[in-house]
This record gives sequence, structure tokens and C-alpha cells, in this order.
Amino acid sequence: MLRIENLTAEVEGKPILKGVTLEIPDGEVHAIMGPNGAGKSTLSYALAGREGYEITGGSVLLNGQDLLEMEPEERAAAGLFLAFQYPVELPGVGNANFLRTALNAIRRTRGEAEVDAMQFLKLARARMKELSMPEDMLKRGVNVGFSGGEKKRNEILQMALLQPKIAILDETDSGLDIDALKIVADGVNAMRGPDFSALVITHYQRLLNHIVPDRVHVLADGRIVASGGPELAHRLEAEGYAGVLDEAA
Amino acid sequence: MIIDTPSGNAAAFLQRYAGLAERLPGAQVGAVRALRDMAAEMLHASGLPSRRVEAWHYTDLTPILRAEFREALTPVDKAIVLPPMRGERRAVFVDGRFRVDLSSLEGLEASSLAEVVAEVTPRLNSVAEASEPMVALNTLLFEDGLVLDVPEGVDAGRLELLSLASGETASTIHPRHLIRLARGAKLVLIETALSASGARHLHNPVFEIEVAEDAKITHVRVQREAESAYHLAHLGVRVARRGTYDGFVLNAGGKLSRSETHLALLGPQAAAHLNGAQLVGDGQLADTTTALDHAAPNCASRQTVKTVLAGRSRGVFQGKILVRREAQKTDGYQMNQALLLSEDAEIDSKPQLEIYADDVKCSHGATAGALDEDSLFYLRTRGIPVDTARSILVRAFLQEAVEIVEDEPAREALEEAVTAWWSQHGEAA
Repeated sequence: MLRIENLTAEVEGKPILKGVTLEIPDGEVHAIMGPNGAGKSTLSYALAGREGYEITGGSVLLNGQDLLEMEPEERAAAGLFLAFQYPVELPGVGNANFLRTALNAIRRTRGEAEVDAMQFLKLARARMKELSMPEDMLKRGVNVGFSGGEKKRNEILQMALLQPKIAILDETDSGLDIDALKIVADGVNAMRGPDFSALVITHYQRLLNHIVPDRVHVLADGRIVASGGPELAHRLEAEGYAGVLDEAA
Repeated sequence: MIIDTPSGNAAAFLQRYAGLAERLPGAQVGAVRALRDMAAEMLHASGLPSRRVEAWHYTDLTPILRAEFREALTPVDKAIVLPPMRGERRAVFVDGRFRVDLSSLEGLEASSLAEVVAEVTPRLNSVAEASEPMVALNTLLFEDGLVLDVPEGVDAGRLELLSLASGETASTIHPRHLIRLARGAKLVLIETALSASGARHLHNPVFEIEVAEDAKITHVRVQREAESAYHLAHLGVRVARRGTYDGFVLNAGGKLSRSETHLALLGPQAAAHLNGAQLVGDGQLADTTTALDHAAPNCASRQTVKTVLAGRSRGVFQGKILVRREAQKTDGYQMNQALLLSEDAEIDSKPQLEIYADDVKCSHGATAGALDEDSLFYLRTRGIPVDTARSILVRAFLQEAVEIVEDEPAREALEEAVTAWWSQHGEAA
């Protein structure tokens, strides 16, 4: 269970999150929607521990562990995963090596045996097949020369390999055509189960047709201003943020 | 220290020459004596370059002029521990002297310069410019070197040139290596410069390399000398029609190291690769200086040089490319990049293109910056600890240069040096 309580954060001295309270029980998928500048990406970076996103108040507990006290890599080891809106390109870092290094780093902290190159390849190939990823993406530099859709699929591949307890998907649908969107959604849906939860951050309802959330929250001006079931997303799509925000105010 | 007269700063070397002149190889050969005396006159007249000399503006030789060295003419007796072989054959120099007992040169036309200097005198200063200060210093005092000829059409395979400074004395070592590839010949030369830990020495190698038509040499220099050592190398290279000089220089050791290459492309369709990397730790200075002369049409040159700097360190890159009027259809590319891991690190980068031909394709670029925070964060969110993440990114930065080296053992030698350097300096960075 991820429990965010009255979280406030600022970027370059400017308050962005102004008291976010949110609870995501194990096994549930929640969506956060909101207009540009609402603080959606700030929330995901603050949870992942990015430098420059200064927490000024509140708490975040992942299964009772204080996330805010941890380094980004410790948060990952604790089971948090952030799928980036803009995955970083790493020229000179082979994708396979990167994925195996990450997997083994996480496995070490969990007290599990490391996987060797052969075991890893077997594992990665199976996951890649599910995500319709060409195998040569393992050989290339991390995200180098990948199309927008390939980058997002590479994020989902990492999630599938690292098996987090909670995944934050930051606008994973942006820049995806409908086929890629389906593949990505299938990848997330395949993870769903009692030990996995997700926070899906999106502008649009269309991703939520494929990843049907248990709860939908509306983030505006650094606060959750409305929460509801999947129908809230449909209302937002139909009425726009203005209507829902007026009502909340 | 202020050097009071410009002619005075080479005094220690000149004095040593005066004392050694009768014992140096070629002492009985008039032409060799004449070359050495000419070098002495030159060094007496203009001295070793100060920072007022443009080509030496960023690299200050004062610490070397202050240091006290002795000659290393007496072979060292103590047991020498050699690293494992990288090639089929190896030429070993200990404190600048060829060690036949440690070398294996089967099937090669190779000799010790000390033994054959009378026969090869005309080759001295035939490629390297006698007026270059590091060439003059070497001419004054060279004690030995490798003379290697690869005959026409012969693929000589891989040869390792290993240069060890024993650290017995604070010595100066001035090997002169003469390498000639005849028409269509091939050679992979992996050169490793090592020193016993803590050795303080000056290593001043000069290479004169001639690449005939259709010949190709891959020359990978791996300089991993002690952090108290000084390394001042000069490489003179001439490449004929359709010949290739495929060079890579790694500067990963030494308190002060400079590797300077002067290369001329003299016939159509000749090619030059002057790639390299520099790994510079706290208190060190590394300098890669190249002068590339496109003197014939339809030639290609490629240069990627990467410098990683940690602690209080300095890096220098000077890359001059001259495209003469007759060198039409030249295809040139130069890129130099520096990664500064500390706020106390400094890189001086001077690309210099002089183009007199009007139909050429020449591009160049330079970047300098710190590790990318976004990349670091991305790796850490995948559970990769911050020190591992830094190591991954530093290696990736270097990889773009190292992966250009096609010869696998050569590339492995470079990767090993990178690993060793990072394990020593990564934490502090």
C-alpha cells in the first residue's frame, strides 16, 4: 500500500504540490488526471526522489517504509518504479547490460541470486515477445534511436523485469499510436494482481479505456480536488477539466 | 621557478649529453654525432618550450625542468614482472633498453636501434621534425629503440611494444622507434607504457612511422605510467597513397603526459584515424596534441578524443588540421569531448582548422560538461546504486571512442586501463 499524506513540494522555490493526500491499496490501479501545470509530473518525480524536487512537508509510506528518507535506488529496491514520460537516451550503454545491471541490483537488495547473461537473455526475450519488441533492441544503446513507442515499450519491459510493488506511469500514453498504446496497456494489465498496484498519470481518458482504473483522482493546482470511480474519467473527457474543477471549487 | 634565460632551461639535459656523448649508441658514427650535436645546439639556443610558445601554452614543462633525473644507461638487474602477452609477439624495453631476453620477435624484421644505428642513420629525423623540441630532446639522448620493417605485402599480425620503467632510479628514457611498412604491408602495434609503482621518470619516446602505398598500421598506445611519471611522446607519421594510419592514444597515467602526433597524408585516398582518450586524476595533466596535414586529394581523416577529468586535474586537446590547396575532396571529421567530474577540473580545448582547398567536407565539434543528472537519475530509479550509475555513464562516454578500435586485444587493453583507472579514481570523483 502506498500512502501519501499532505505532501507538499517545491521546484526552484516555487510551491507545486500543495498538500496531496492519496492512498493506493495493494492490487489497485489508480489514475491521476489533471490539466497542464497541475503538478502531475512533480508528484511522480517527488515520489521517485529526483534532485531539485524539494519536499517541504507531508509523508509518503510504501508498506510502512518512509520513502522520503530513501535515495532513488533505495526506493526502487523497496518496490517503486517510475515509467518516465521522456525516457532518457544513454548512448554507449547497451540496453541488455543496463537491464541486467538493474535487475541484479534489485535482486541483490532482495537477497535473491543474480542472473547471469544467459538466464537474463531468456527472461528478457520472453518479456519482449509479449511486448512485441524486436530483439535487436537489446543490442542497441538504451533508448538510442528508439521511436517514441519503442521508448515507452522499453519502460514497460523494465517494469516487467524489475517486478515492482507499485509503478508510477507518467504520461506513458503520450506520443503513442493506438497499437502501441494497446501493447503498453497489455503490459501493465499483465502485471495486475494482489501484489501490484499502479498510479497512472495521464491527460486523456483513452489510456484508461485499456487500463481500467479502480479509482480516478483529479489533480489541480497541487491538490487532489476530486476522486471517483472510472466514470469520473469519462465525465472529464465529456465535460473537460473546467466543469469538474468548478464543481470542486 | 623562473627560468632566467631561454637557453638555460635545457641545461640539465645538455649537461647529461656532454657526459654521455661517448657512451650513447652511434657515438662512433659521425652522422649520428652530427644529429645529436645539432639537437644540442638547438636546445642550447632555444631551450625547451615555455608557455609563451603557442603549441605549449597549456602544458607547462616547468615541473620537468625542476626535477632531477639520472640517466638509465645501466641495465636493471632486478627481476622484471611482465604483464601477460597481448599479441603473438612482443618487444620489451626496460628503462629504455631493448631486452632481447624478454622479447619474442620471431618472423619479424626487427632490431634494437642501439645495434643498428649506423645502418639506419638516414632514417633518423626523416619523418619526425628535428626542430620539434621533444624530437630534439630525444635525438640528443636516445639510447635505444625498435627498428621494424614490414616487407611488401606481408601481414605482420600483432606486435606488442612494452615499455617498462623499473623505478630503480629517477631516470629519463628516450627511446626512438623507427617503423616502416612497405607497400601493402599490415601491422597491429599495441604499445603499453608502464612503470613500477611510485617510479618518477621521464619517458620521451619518439616514433617515426612510414606507411607506404596500400599499407595499414593500427597503432594503439596505452600509457599507464606511475602518477609521478612524466611522459612526453612525439609521433611522426607519413602515409602514402591508399595507406592507413589507424591510431589511438590513451593517456591514463603520469603526473604530466603529452602525446603529440604529426601526421601527413601524402598520397590520394590515404586515411588517418587519430582517436584517443585521456583519464586524468587529481594532480595530473594530460595533453593530446595532433597536427594533421592533408597534402593530397581524396584523403579522409577521423578524430574522436574523449577526456575524463577527476579531482584537481587538467586536460588539454589541441587538434590542428591543415587542408592544403591541392587536397581537394578531403573528408575530415574531428570531435573532442570532455567530461568533468569535479569542479576543480579544467579542460583546454583548441581545435584548429586551416583549409585552403575549396571542395572539402570538414566538420568538427567540441563539448565539455559534467555527468548528465537526468541520466544519473534514470539509472538510479532502476535500482542501480549511484556509484555504479556514475561508472556506467563514464564508461559509456569513453566507449564511443574505444569502440572505434577494431582489434580486439587492443580494445581489451584499453578497457582494462579504463577499469583500473576508474577503480582508483572513481570514488574520489
